[in-house]
Amino acid sequence: MSADETTTVTGAPTPADGTPSGTTVQETPTTAAEAVEAAAAQAAPESAEAKQVARDLSFVEGRVGVPKPDAILTVDGVQRRFGGMTAVDVDHLEVQRGAITALIGPNGAGKTTLFNLLTGFDQPNQGQWQFDGRSIAGKSGAAVARAGMVRTFQLTKALNRLTVLQNMLLAQPKHPGERFWLSWLPFTWAAQERAATEKALEILARFKLDTKKDDFAGSLSGGQRKLLEMARALMTDPTMIMLDEPMAGVNPALVQSLLGHVQALRDEGMTVLFVEHDMHAVRHISDWVVVMAEGRVVAEGPPETVMQDQAVVDAYLGAHHDTDLGDDSLLDPAVLARLEAEDKGQTEREERKR
Amino acid sequence: MEEFLRILTQALAELVAPSTAAYALAAIGLNLHFGYTGLLNMGQAGFMLLGAYGFGIATIAGAPFLVALLVAIAAGTVFALLLGIPTLKLRGDYLAIVTISAAEIIRWLGRSTVFQEWTGGASGLLGNSFKHTFHELSFLPDGRTAVGPLEYINTGSDSWWTRLFAWGLVLLALLFVWLLTRSPWGRVLKGIREDEDAVRALGKNVFAYKLQALVIGGALGSLAGVLYVLPRAITPDSMGRTMTFFVWTVLLLGGAATLFGPVLGSMLFFSLYMLMRTGMRAGLGDVIGGTQVEQLGGMLVGVTLMLLVIFRPQGILGNKRELAFNVR
Repeated sequence: MSADETTTVTGAPTPADGTPSGTTVQETPTTAAEAVEAAAAQAAPESAEAKQVARDLSFVEGRVGVPKPDAILTVDGVQRRFGGMTAVDVDHLEVQRGAITALIGPNGAGKTTLFNLLTGFDQPNQGQWQFDGRSIAGKSGAAVARAGMVRTFQLTKALNRLTVLQNMLLAQPKHPGERFWLSWLPFTWAAQERAATEKALEILARFKLDTKKDDFAGSLSGGQRKLLEMARALMTDPTMIMLDEPMAGVNPALVQSLLGHVQALRDEGMTVLFVEHDMHAVRHISDWVVVMAEGRVVAEGPPETVMQDQAVVDAYLGAHHDTDLGDDSLLDPAVLARLEAEDKGQTEREERKR
Repeated sequence: MEEFLRILTQALAELVAPSTAAYALAAIGLNLHFGYTGLLNMGQAGFMLLGAYGFGIATIAGAPFLVALLVAIAAGTVFALLLGIPTLKLRGDYLAIVTISAAEIIRWLGRSTVFQEWTGGASGLLGNSFKHTFHELSFLPDGRTAVGPLEYINTGSDSWWTRLFAWGLVLLALLFVWLLTRSPWGRVLKGIREDEDAVRALGKNVFAYKLQALVIGGALGSLAGVLYVLPRAITPDSMGRTMTFFVWTVLLLGGAATLFGPVLGSMLFFSLYMLMRTGMRAGLGDVIGGTQVEQLGGMLVGVTLMLLVIFRPQGILGNKRELAFNVR
């Protein structure tokens, strides 16, 4: 590789849409980024409610802890410590009703821990939070789900030895057949079971899983399991859905449909909060982005501005997050030396700040 | 030839023996724990012994048969609640540790002199002291009946009445478990077996479901204990760890999470076990002696259990398709 090429590649300004610069995109036409863009283009027509939410949020100032016009979830002073380490320390955070809010940040930023705290899968050392006007702090995971805030998991939890349809039916809320005393008398719950099956098949059809309804969930592919988990969460009639890395380990073709589904949820009036690493996905579908680092919320705002916030990009996504690490030019000693120097300079700047 | 027929008859007798029914019923209870809910109950013998004591002591105190049965069920229920409430919120392994030690505690309390007045200590309760109410219920005429090569008295300790009652109870339990496990309630149990966090995230009270499963399986275990002591005396030492592991072998042989697995497993296990021991006694008795045959038999059961878990964990009736992706 010639020196000229090296300079053009590394020195090229990053396109605003975040497509990795360089030649990789042309060579492989179906990267995650392209899939995401296609999804975004597809899902352009939004419902009136979604447009209203977007308009509302456009008037909100992009600073940490800013109040939202219609917050469904309000978090106050939530702290979770593991020994001497503070994993989560969120002073104030509000999540807008009916919007897609993305929670991003580097590994170990406390995103999933915050998720676990909010959904009752972990207990904080202190803090309060309200969902839909009611305090759900200290409630069990099941109680939080019953209150209408349902979650999925980073490592997909499909119930392997149950069929796809059984997975769905299991999520039906307030099913009388699930009460032990009546469960052995089928006629007491048959009608509700039929209604639930109809609803489940409808949702499965929407996620294109209806043909697989009698297959064991364990036989599905990783991406299909993500879809099933999302479909199963919908079965509980939630008002807010919490997705923990819905795009992790899913092939680009499926990412497109997953994102489409997430947007469809929002367009139906559901509130979505999701943790994600894929910046392209975040940029294209979220209405609001919350950035976490070292357990704190360090920035929030609409995706366009938060992403361009140089401090956020440098400190929390890495100064070279748009550099293709697979690029051979990085093997050039000169380039490496320059990168290292930049890195050092940045660390020093940060130290001085402290 | 006559020797051979005798051995075969003995193995055949095991197929319908009351103790086979008792193990089948205990395994049905354990199936509800392990097969459907994924609870590792390593103390099913403790439930059985408590049931036997409950039934025996209540009868001796003058309770009628059905009341004594209810006392047995209540004893199992209370035991399940005691074990379940502190452990079911923890990871599955804790239940295993607690149940295995609690079952041993029950056995040691039973054989200790402290409660000798009620339990009879290490020598236990004699059969004649608690069986009269059961025998009085028999509607069979006096005398003996032979069915094929099997001949027993109609009513008595080792009788047709005992067999009829025991297998009748097993059938009822099968019907009950079948209805339960095909219901949405059973679906929640299976979900918990697969991943309890996922079920929790869907708004189900996982703890309550696990406790219900533990109680019902434990109550079935207590009833099995009653069946087990109907043809014999209540001796705590015959209902210890070995019994628990026999129940596990029966369940895994037949196939966990299958309806008929426990019954098939129990019949197959005990007739083969009898065939093996009588066969070895006839063939090898002169070489290694009678007591060694028993010990060798016990060892072979252990080896069978290991081979079963390694090469056919789904048991005889288990579904291969389900097992294909049983990796976590």
